[in-house]
Amino acid sequence: MEKLEKEKTWKEDRHDGPPRGWDKNKEKKEGKHGRRDHHHKHGLSGEIPGADPGTILSVRDLWVEYTSGTQLIKAVNGVSFDIKRGESLGLVGESGCGKSTIAKALLKILPEISSRIRGEMWYEGVEMAAASEEQMLKIRGEEISMIFQDPMTALNPVKRVIDQVSAVVRLHNPGMPKTKAERISIDMLKEVGIGEERVRDYPHQFSGGMQQRVEVAIGLSCKPKLLLADEPTTALDVTIQAQVLDMMRTLMHEKNTALLLITHNLGIVAEMCDYVAVLYGGEIVEYGSKREVFKDPRHPYTIGLFGAIPDMHGQGERLQPIEGVMPEPSDLPDGCKFHTRCPYATDECKSGTMPVVDLGGTHRCQCCRLDEVKAIREKEGKA
Amino acid sequence: MNAMNPAMNAGSEDSEALKKQSSFKMMLKRLAANKLALTGGIIFIILVLLAVFAPLIAPYDYLTVNPANKYAGPSAQHLLGTDQFGRDIFSRLVWGGRWSLTLGVLGTAISTLLGIVVGSIAGYFGGIVDNIIMRIIDVIQCIPGMLLTIMISVVLGQTFFATVAALSFGGIWGTARMLRGQILTVRTLDYVEAAKATNNGPVRIIFKYVLPNSIQQTIIHACMSIGGQITMASGLSFLGLGIQPPLPEWGAMLNDARPFIRYYPLMLIGPCVMIGLTVLSISLFGDGLRDAMDPRMKK
Amino acid sequence: MSTLIELQELERYFKTPKGQLHAVDKISMKFEQGTTMGVVGESGCGKSTLARTIIHLQEPTGGKMFFEGEDMTHPNKAMIKRLRNHMQIIFQDPYMTLNPRYTVEDTLKEPLVLSGKYTKGESLNKEIRRLMDMIGISGRLRMSYPHELSGGRRQRVGIGRALAMDPKFIACDEPVASLDVSIQAQIINLLQDLQKDFGLTYMFVTHDMSVVRFISHDISVMYLGQLVETSPSQELFERPLHPYSKALLSAIPTTDIDKPRERIRLKGELMSPINPKPGCRFLPRCEYATEACQQPQKLEELLPGHFVACCRARQLNNLS
Repeated sequence: MEKLEKEKTWKEDRHDGPPRGWDKNKEKKEGKHGRRDHHHKHGLSGEIPGADPGTILSVRDLWVEYTSGTQLIKAVNGVSFDIKRGESLGLVGESGCGKSTIAKALLKILPEISSRIRGEMWYEGVEMAAASEEQMLKIRGEEISMIFQDPMTALNPVKRVIDQVSAVVRLHNPGMPKTKAERISIDMLKEVGIGEERVRDYPHQFSGGMQQRVEVAIGLSCKPKLLLADEPTTALDVTIQAQVLDMMRTLMHEKNTALLLITHNLGIVAEMCDYVAVLYGGEIVEYGSKREVFKDPRHPYTIGLFGAIPDMHGQGERLQPIEGVMPEPSDLPDGCKFHTRCPYATDECKSGTMPVVDLGGTHRCQCCRLDEVKAIREKEGKA
Repeated sequence: MNAMNPAMNAGSEDSEALKKQSSFKMMLKRLAANKLALTGGIIFIILVLLAVFAPLIAPYDYLTVNPANKYAGPSAQHLLGTDQFGRDIFSRLVWGGRWSLTLGVLGTAISTLLGIVVGSIAGYFGGIVDNIIMRIIDVIQCIPGMLLTIMISVVLGQTFFATVAALSFGGIWGTARMLRGQILTVRTLDYVEAAKATNNGPVRIIFKYVLPNSIQQTIIHACMSIGGQITMASGLSFLGLGIQPPLPEWGAMLNDARPFIRYYPLMLIGPCVMIGLTVLSISLFGDGLRDAMDPRMKK
Repeated sequence: MSTLIELQELERYFKTPKGQLHAVDKISMKFEQGTTMGVVGESGCGKSTLARTIIHLQEPTGGKMFFEGEDMTHPNKAMIKRLRNHMQIIFQDPYMTLNPRYTVEDTLKEPLVLSGKYTKGESLNKEIRRLMDMIGISGRLRMSYPHELSGGRRQRVGIGRALAMDPKFIACDEPVASLDVSIQAQIINLLQDLQKDFGLTYMFVTHDMSVVRFISHDISVMYLGQLVETSPSQELFERPLHPYSKALLSAIPTTDIDKPRERIRLKGELMSPINPKPGCRFLPRCEYATEACQQPQKLEELLPGHFVACCRARQLNNLS
């Protein structure tokens, strides 16, 4: 039944159907405004209709499907979140949970032929899902920048590193003399640990970690209003990682930049983010402020994640891995996506849509057995 | 415990049989699912069958001269007409496959095998061995391929085997160079290191680890070069080397037809189509084979 | 506890067009039976080369190595074969660690057959089954090819291949670095269980400090080919003495949101490992560097079991 319902929302026109998100109140706030009107009225600096003031990015009921060979892959299944200026949200999840797809959908850089995006993605006053390629070019170039996980896809192999960085610097500071742009680029590269003697090399002469740092330098030199970072430090050593995170923090302070940080590393989230969204099977299973989620994780998957990390303070204990493997996004189970691995799952988890439970504050969790799970864990003395 | 053992073993034996079938069967399945490869394979088999059963299929002997019926057009007696000596072109094409296909396949097989040996040695041992082999190959490859083949053919004479040797020699080096490159990539991979750590000797590592994972390109290359070898053999015939007239090798036939292009193009079209069909069918099949041999491909 | 492997001033240099690359430079270390030695450091510090040199995938260019007291620096063929029954390696990338054309069974069978312990039939079959149970791979995956397995399962098969040789020592080269958090925990638990059951000795090479603290009894910190500090695990994390170790530990992101870590920012450049100057390699990035640091540094035992290669460590940490 529920599946049918979902199908229905899929088919409804994006602009008529109500958003199906976390925040049911948003529907009311939004009123009957046609959203297209809004984006014509407000342009790039406009407020997002129905969102709290100061919101820079509002994703509402985002669905992404794509085909790979003959398989239909349901990568993102109804994800909603907001980010305000100067705030940071961490998207946490394991490989295959759809976190990278969300970032690519936000920039509309998924291959058009094989993928389908549904839902709304508001950036300032523009609804990006319906925006023209022209508008997207402007947004991608000047407003949002992205740091990719794989640096080789982002660097031009036939241009010297310094030229690639200073080209971006000059793009954002029209009329700046070349020498000054280069000076700034060299400082930027130094910040990420690339010495002056290497800046005139080509990307292929760099190690993977160094390429990643160049990419970070480029991403940050844009001084974007919104930074999408997809595992920006995964390939880096901890001391360099710390430097890169520092740079991102500085940017957020100076420019009031908002950050969407995609990572599997809970430690980085704890250091960098104000809010956390835990993704599993293309759904946000738990959302809240960092304190809410880290101090009181409620979804069995989130609890499992925390049990699985050999954290600095749990030495000597045995790790509690989550049994089994992540289901393939082409073959997601019915009901709760996590029920195949969940130690608390019962029959009621195996079908239907899981309710989104408001836990107070910003804390929300998508699980039908929250109270039971809590009771069981308290009984076992774990909670 | 004892009661359980037979059952367990039976189970594992079953699965063993399952695997041996499945890896080969799955390859065939994948190959059969590839329509283009299948078409290529069938065309090539037909060409081979034509050559093998030439005495049964060809209506005339390939040498029978009939001065009374020169340059005849297609007719019921002569499907594709006759040539400048009144010989039946269809019969000559059917017989010609025996020389052309054998030259192409044998030349490729020998050059590929030798190329694999040379490339494996260079790629696996690396260092000085690799350096010496590669410099020798550099020097040999400086000589244009055709010229090299001609020189060897001149030295060895015009017998069938001399021609095969001349054709093979030219093909070794490209294969060797390509395979060496592949091996250099594969041999630094973790699973080769792991193989060393589990006491695999160099020979076993080459045959079980490095070659199977680097040979795909070589197979494609070999398939493609069958066509090239046939063309090369034709070139030799053209220059009066290699297979000698009146044997109906396709290249030699092409050469025969050269003076009559303007008046009687039929003589030219036959061998052209045969060479073209062979090359096309082999490359279609080769492409499919590469995909089918890769266990990473799904179905 | 007895010493399984001992390294004395082990060197592995590479010749490059620019000069000698000191990948592993005069490293002395002891691996005690049944314990885990964590080796940490940043990329390019030579930790992987060290692991490969110990199990003779690379040949040392200097120094000495002993296995159970026997000199194994330059073993002959027979000895290498014997050593490899005792020393194995597990790799980082689960996609590269298995031969793509081998099924799980092929991968596990090969070392069993090659070591000559099992030949054919019954006992071999049973042994493969036992190995698969041990690494938690279900029987129905026996004929699967690597591309049909998930990353975690591949890594399990890689561990199984190492175990098939019945080793005493396993060098783990970043075995969990490319796995998801939940899968990582499964593999770490597996490694710990195996250690408990068979008394294995591990060398655990990693750049992930939280993993290394969890699994190691002792930790060695490497910097540009040299050992700068080695100590019991707990002790190192509570009281790092070398300025580099301090910076490294302070850089780890922590999930404890109540106690943000005081971070030491490293400045300056990594020195080139090619023809390095004789002094402390950390010198250009060290805020405490003095004249004395230009001299070669010696590993000294400043606290019981806690060795540091820094001439200023005593003074900086107020030790007598």
